[in-house]
Amino acid sequence: MSRSLLSIEELGEVGVRRILDLADTMAEVNRRPNPKVPALRNKTVCSVFFEDSTRTRLSFETAAKRLSADTMTFAVSQSSLSKGESLRDTVESIGAMGVDAFVVRHRSAGAPWLIDSWMQASVVNAGDGWHAHPTQGLLDAYTVRTALNRPGGFDGLRVVMVGDIKHSRVARSTTAAFEALGAAVTWVAPTTLLPPAIDDSTRSSSDDLDAVLADGVDVVYLLRMQKERMTEALVPHLREYTMRFGLTPERAQRLEPQTLVMHPGPMNRGVEIAVDPAELQGAVITQQVTNGIAVRMAVLFDVLSPDADQEALS
Amino acid sequence: MTRNVLISGAIVIDPTGERRVDVRVSTEAGTVVDVADSLEATADDHHLDASGQVLCPGFVDLHTHLREPGKEEAETIETGSRAAAKGGYTAVVAMPNTDPTQDSVAVVEFVRQQGVRAGLCDVYPSGSITVGRRGTELTPFAELAQVGVKLFTDDGNGVQDPQLMRRALEYSKGLGVTMAQHCEVEQLTEGGVMHEGECCAHLGLPGWPALAEELMVHRDIELVRLTGAPAHFLHLSTARSVELVGAAKADGLQVTAEATPHHISLTDELLRSYSAIYKVNPPLRTIADVEAVREGLVDGTIDAIATDHAPHVKATKEQPLDQAPPGMVGLETALGVAIAHLAMPLADIVAALSWKPAAIAGLDELHGRPIAPGEPANLTVFDPGVEWEVAPALLASKSTNTPFVGVPLRGRTVHTLLAGQFTVESGEPTR
Repeated sequence: MSRSLLSIEELGEVGVRRILDLADTMAEVNRRPNPKVPALRNKTVCSVFFEDSTRTRLSFETAAKRLSADTMTFAVSQSSLSKGESLRDTVESIGAMGVDAFVVRHRSAGAPWLIDSWMQASVVNAGDGWHAHPTQGLLDAYTVRTALNRPGGFDGLRVVMVGDIKHSRVARSTTAAFEALGAAVTWVAPTTLLPPAIDDSTRSSSDDLDAVLADGVDVVYLLRMQKERMTEALVPHLREYTMRFGLTPERAQRLEPQTLVMHPGPMNRGVEIAVDPAELQGAVITQQVTNGIAVRMAVLFDVLSPDADQEALS
Repeated sequence: MTRNVLISGAIVIDPTGERRVDVRVSTEAGTVVDVADSLEATADDHHLDASGQVLCPGFVDLHTHLREPGKEEAETIETGSRAAAKGGYTAVVAMPNTDPTQDSVAVVEFVRQQGVRAGLCDVYPSGSITVGRRGTELTPFAELAQVGVKLFTDDGNGVQDPQLMRRALEYSKGLGVTMAQHCEVEQLTEGGVMHEGECCAHLGLPGWPALAEELMVHRDIELVRLTGAPAHFLHLSTARSVELVGAAKADGLQVTAEATPHHISLTDELLRSYSAIYKVNPPLRTIADVEAVREGLVDGTIDAIATDHAPHVKATKEQPLDQAPPGMVGLETALGVAIAHLAMPLADIVAALSWKPAAIAGLDELHGRPIAPGEPANLTVFDPGVEWEVAPALLASKSTNTPFVGVPLRGRTVHTLLAGQFTVESGEPTR
């Protein structure tokens, strides 16, 4: 039975810690002059992206190559889906070419679960609809762990996540990863951009960013705000969004210098982030991207050689 | 060849009550001929010992999608009728969202004829409220009423325009027909895949809020108050909807309502599997809603159990939730779900499956009749205590999209007679 990574929830705290520890080893590999190990030689990793995402795909493919896996790419624009082939037939025919792991991005929540139920191969969820993006959650947790030097966990860590939570798979997975390690996450957004029902007993939420920041915060996580949300009447105007929820220079000044500022990218400068992150001492946005490689190496290694010892990494 | 069927030993449940009598049916006349405390079998009798079983008027489904014409790959009138007979039904109301739509005499007559040809249950086509179910022009109600159509609905969609719905009720008022509404304000459900609540928030799926149903229930109740025309509410799924209908009935308004087997037994938590088998419209809701809908059936606020039998081919249900079509098959499991999930007397369950829906659909001259000499022999015999699980491969329906796999069911049809002829005998369809 192959191992898959579909959500942070399925991984649990133990799984999250296992991957982050493994990511430390991978980061060490990445610092070598020749950042390549034979750990996944003879394994084939296929990225199946039914929705465009060049940077996530490149991150996964780079990770796979550094572990010496063979890589294939299936992008929907070149695919037969436009000819009416079903999702199941598509992945089964790719699987028939001999694939050990599928890295799946799909615009429909749950699609990786369906693929996992049909296929013998491992499935890594690279983002499904508004639902989950577990490797983003892991790389965010890894970034906080290294930046704040907290290998033991996130107990007492105060995180505020700001923006379009409702439509964000990043919000769901990153929150789950932070919470698995003990952090307290507060969601800040206008009610129109919060999920329709939040269990207040387990998570606090607010529509007043300034009040939440005034209470003190260790990590500010900004989400991408999309222009479409205006036409859907979820916010009146992006200008007003920035006024209420953007990281403006005034708000940035009020942060403690060591407060981490994070963003999953791509940034809408002037909207959710109205300061130059290069000028923020605590900004770790580029580290997130860099750490993405090590974390995805850890994930691919974890699903494809669950029983292997780490000799292969030396 | 015997000329009669003698059913002995059964508890008889019909609109007059519950009693222990033997019943003889004439297969030639298609009627009940003898009812007595005890009848002796003769050489002319095909004798069934139904001890421990219930004999009642055949079930009537207010809400069946037979898919023909247009989607014969999912179901035909013949396969759907066979599924109905296996479930104990002797009559079904065929929903009009066919292709072409059941909005003309020609299409309606075709559906009826196909039902007669299959000969497994009486198929009563309903008509759409608007031409092509497009929500803009009224269907010729009187033309269709003349050929026997009693129920009109745009099911699959609600009539969005309140002015058009008002006119549908006003115009149809004297025709002896009933408008049946699929309650969904579509502006509130755009893209909606499942019940809007905690589960959908967690799963990252667009929600279908309870409010979208309740607003239209409320609107139509007020239109009934205004126009004096009757209205029927299809597949109620929320606690507040049940409350609204209860209040309307208390006000003396002519409203009736149905609930489906899945809305009294399953919740939105099942969507965590991401299996589109659990996608249905209106969606599965919370346990509080499930309990309220059950309670509505128990106290009579909800009149009837209706299946919303909605067959879909396997490949379409193997898609992600937001792409798969909504719907579940239900004809063969309705009785088993009802008995397993409703804390109400068997006689009330039978009422909600038989004569109450027969009255709503205007079929009560032939179906849901008392079991008495001279009455049409549209009958069902079921075992109320048998526990069973559904096996999709054994369904008579052409599609297997049942959500009840692994769900304990109680009560199962043994025999079904349509006009005195077996359509199902000892659990097996006769044709």
